[in-house]
Amino acid sequence: MSVAVSPLVPAQPEGSFAAGFAWAFARDLKLAMRHPGETLLAVAFFVLVASLFPLGIGAEPQLLQRIGPGVIWVCALLAAFLSLPAMFAADYTDGSLEQMTLSPHPMGGWVGGKIAAHWFASGLPLTVLSPLLGLQYGLDGATLAALAAALLVGTPVLSLLGAACTALTLGARGGGMLLALLALPLFVPVLVFGAGAAEAQASGLSAAPHLSILGAGLIVAGMAVPPAVCAAVRIAMD
Amino acid sequence: MKIAWFYFASPPTFYRLAGWLAPWFFALAAILGAAGLYIGLFVAPTDAQQGEVYRIIFVHVPASWMSMFIYFVMACYGAVSLTFNTRLAAMMARALAPTGAMFTFVALWTGSFWGRPTWGTYWVWDARITSELVLLFLYFGFIALANAFEDPRRGDRAAALLALIGIVNLPIIYFSVVWWNTLHQGSSVKFTGTTMQVQMLWAMLLVALSFWMYSIGASLTRVRAIILEREGRTHWARALAA
Amino acid sequence: MTARLEARALACSRGTARLFREISFGIAAGEWLAVRGPNGSGKTTLLRCVAGLTRLDGGAVLWDGESIGAHCAPFHANLLYAGHLPGIKDDLSAEENLQCALQLRGVSAPPAALAAALADVGLGKRRRLPARRLSAGQRRRIGLARLMLDPAQCWVLDEPLTALDDEGQRMFSTLLERHLARGGLAILATHQDVAPAPARLLRMGA
Repeated sequence: MSVAVSPLVPAQPEGSFAAGFAWAFARDLKLAMRHPGETLLAVAFFVLVASLFPLGIGAEPQLLQRIGPGVIWVCALLAAFLSLPAMFAADYTDGSLEQMTLSPHPMGGWVGGKIAAHWFASGLPLTVLSPLLGLQYGLDGATLAALAAALLVGTPVLSLLGAACTALTLGARGGGMLLALLALPLFVPVLVFGAGAAEAQASGLSAAPHLSILGAGLIVAGMAVPPAVCAAVRIAMD
Repeated sequence: MKIAWFYFASPPTFYRLAGWLAPWFFALAAILGAAGLYIGLFVAPTDAQQGEVYRIIFVHVPASWMSMFIYFVMACYGAVSLTFNTRLAAMMARALAPTGAMFTFVALWTGSFWGRPTWGTYWVWDARITSELVLLFLYFGFIALANAFEDPRRGDRAAALLALIGIVNLPIIYFSVVWWNTLHQGSSVKFTGTTMQVQMLWAMLLVALSFWMYSIGASLTRVRAIILEREGRTHWARALAA
Repeated sequence: MTARLEARALACSRGTARLFREISFGIAAGEWLAVRGPNGSGKTTLLRCVAGLTRLDGGAVLWDGESIGAHCAPFHANLLYAGHLPGIKDDLSAEENLQCALQLRGVSAPPAALAAALADVGLGKRRRLPARRLSAGQRRRIGLARLMLDPAQCWVLDEPLTALDDEGQRMFSTLLERHLARGGLAILATHQDVAPAPARLLRMGA
């Protein structure tokens, strides 16, 4: 063979966290863009279900304004939940997850990259679309801003918690139902504070306390969840 | 003296020990429960504001204490099983889960019945009740996850990790009445003392102890069944059947 | 530095079935170990235990004298593992798959080297096609290109000849010879004979 192959030099003993993160982030985004149907599905679901509520309940403006933040948040939650299995399932079935586990890059790096890519492809579009849906419910500008801010801080937490639950259920029977049983109860606090932020703003109070707690939750989840995901992936590889 | 830490961690040894101990715990539970309920239902005075209906507190509060305590113990067993890779710790965690779920349900159910006459509603989404409901789902999730794998050891490990992740819910339940204005009153029973009537306190503590003894007895009995299920093909188990 | 892989009294069980115990071997640089045995004898599990994916019930694997259970980073930096699942993404092209796999291992290869390696394994014209358009044998050849470019000292390969035609199998033999000549070592689970002859043969399920 003609290729001048590198002499057998041992690779760098320390892979790097940043390299692992960048690798996973770029790869997962590239894969999501090659298959836009899956990511667009979650967004389409979000828009569709949020638009169903006014049709079902009746277009009374005051009622819609009251339920708007909560309904939009629940739809965002469900849409985020729908896109969760895609985070690890494909890599698990085709053997990429094995290779990633054996990589010299620290596990936390590529796990973080995957979660960030998931949020970028699902949580971020939901956040960007939420003002449009809020207009459907007749929410005013300040409430829309609070809702978008809450989603911006809350959807990464959903991606993190969802990643932990998805990793735990790799290879389990019961599929989506089991994932729902694990993930939705853990989503509840995020929902409570996220919808609470917008509702507080709508009632004239400040949304700042709710946003602060969401922010604190994001920091704690950002630090504590990736190691849990790593442990869950190692259990799945066993 | 060299302590054999892991002597009772062998399933056959623990099987015999648990079989010997369990009836004692059930007996204690019955005695303490009878005493506590007697004091609570007949001796403790009528409450000034709520009348007789407050007496549900003697089941409701111990049940909620147990729901949180059992989850904590379950998570500890999970941590032990993950760290030391022992089989028995994981089996104990599995044995505790149904009892914990039961007490959580009892707490929610009795609380609901108490809420109707006092707050005017069967259910309200205040912080403590919501987080207790999340705890119930965590128990269900634990049981479902542990049983969702072909390899029971894999189910043990995944469920143990889930229990550890969900442990953050316990401080939320406990401190929710401090952090938020909720319908639930603040804690009347703290480690530093209490503002309750002394007979009410005694009744609650006795019933709590009774529930604790029951939990131990029930888990020991259940873990014997789990041990037999897992180790059914070993020679010591076959010797039992013979 | 010369590499050395050692296994001492490895034991593993799946569920209630004890797969193997007291498996010991040592491989020095330039040698390779063949693992043979009937289906279900635990070959795959053994290789996964050596790689560090599956937890051992007992025993230890040592790389350069250090147990990988305690400190797996130096071993994983020098390990190339290929199991039954190919680790190929359907939506990425052969070239992108190869680049991804190498970057994951911390190996940076210039595009020219990637193209040349793929040309050598017969995928030169197809390297920009998405992998779903390649046959099973062609996907396996992406793995061969990876073996060509990755400088890992230790290969742990589970049935590497699967889906490869005669030419592919010859390519693999050549790559293995070169790897051993450069001081690498390998463990292969295989049903077929692979040239060069193994230094050691481990029979499972006996």
